[in-house]
Amino acid sequence: MTSTDLPTTPSQTVGPFLHIGLVWDDGPHVVPEGTPGGVWLRGRVFDGAGEPIADALVETWQADPDGRFDHPDDPRGPVPGWRGFGRCDTVAGSYAIHTVVPGPVPGPGGTTQAPHLDVSVFARGMLHRVVTRVYFPEHADAHADDPVLRSVPEDRRHTLVATRVDDGYRFDVRLQGDGETVFFDV
Amino acid sequence: MTTTPPRLALPSYRRDHDSHPPLDSPEYRSTSLRHPKQPLVLLPHLLTEVTGPVLGPGRIGELDHDLTRQHDGEPIGQRIVVHGRVLDGDGRPVPDSLVEIWQANAAGRYRHTGDRWPAPLDPNFDGVGRTVTDSRGRYEFVTVKPGAYPWRNHDNAWRPAHIHFSLFGRAFTQRLVTQMYFPDDPLFFQDPIYNSVPEAARPRMVSRFDLARTRPEWALAFEFDIVLRGSAATPFEEEDEDDEH
Repeated sequence: MTSTDLPTTPSQTVGPFLHIGLVWDDGPHVVPEGTPGGVWLRGRVFDGAGEPIADALVETWQADPDGRFDHPDDPRGPVPGWRGFGRCDTVAGSYAIHTVVPGPVPGPGGTTQAPHLDVSVFARGMLHRVVTRVYFPEHADAHADDPVLRSVPEDRRHTLVATRVDDGYRFDVRLQGDGETVFFDV
Repeated sequence: MTTTPPRLALPSYRRDHDSHPPLDSPEYRSTSLRHPKQPLVLLPHLLTEVTGPVLGPGRIGELDHDLTRQHDGEPIGQRIVVHGRVLDGDGRPVPDSLVEIWQANAAGRYRHTGDRWPAPLDPNFDGVGRTVTDSRGRYEFVTVKPGAYPWRNHDNAWRPAHIHFSLFGRAFTQRLVTQMYFPDDPLFFQDPIYNSVPEAARPRMVSRFDLARTRPEWALAFEFDIVLRGSAATPFEEEDEDDEH
């Protein structure tokens, strides 16, 4: 065990001009267009007045279709070349991420987590990111056993489940007010 | 059906609420409609949270770390070297990690269509930089010192000079966006963004003037170490302890 305990550098807002620093041309593409099983995850980010936020950034992190990560801390070994990461600023309040639905991911104590994405939302007026998860509607059976969804009050779980649309899924983020999205303390 | 998956020995990360500002921070007016009102749900550090995007050298170009050489001419302003280390809370360097910065020019204006502050734009300055930490967690940028600028949060509100930093660390739990400030800025006292942070933690956002790293007759230097969350003392699940050191 290390004894060093350095205090963390504090979080600050991305400010209104995050678009110049945090946007990549290929940011929204977790996988290239044309990838088998490719879907668009689209949505809007709303403030407490119900207005779409034009200066937010959505970042996604997810497993591949087999439920694995390209990361040294995945004990099953990395999956080389799987980026798993998407980022898109909100244009007119909307974001869009092109990805594939992840597979189920091992959970604690031999359990399995339903397929999900971890999501960070940054914006002017937010001094720290907020974190949420996206689940997919076709896995309703797995949702009942998902250790994270089970920890969420039942009447709010629906805020974490995307809806199916023609070319993929829709997932809106409500920072405050009616239908406020469930956010996690990570 | 499938066999039971092996039990996972995963790292876990210390929660660090004492370091960060509250999402609801009324002095910073824009927080009022943008903070959740429902309590956050505790998320254990499972596989998705202890992993994170590995964004190495493929994300950066040759001159991305030198904001003074991205155009034919040199930008106006005081040249500065900004350097430091990215560490975790256990004092270990975070190598091979993408660091992104963005900032206003020397006159306090961003190259962004939404910036209406009527200070001059500098044709030789984009205010955007990227680099990757080396094997010891070190990074370095060359840029110009950003200017202060007014905003409309309160009467005669001015942002202290600052550079935005974005860091990934090696886990989703370590993701951090922060701002680096300069020593002895006279504008700190009236800035609700700087002051949103608990008082004891504010100095961790302020860089240190570093004479040793100045480049004589060319640039001043500031050192800014960034600390991401460290591991929790108790692993999430202990089994087959095979700590790497």
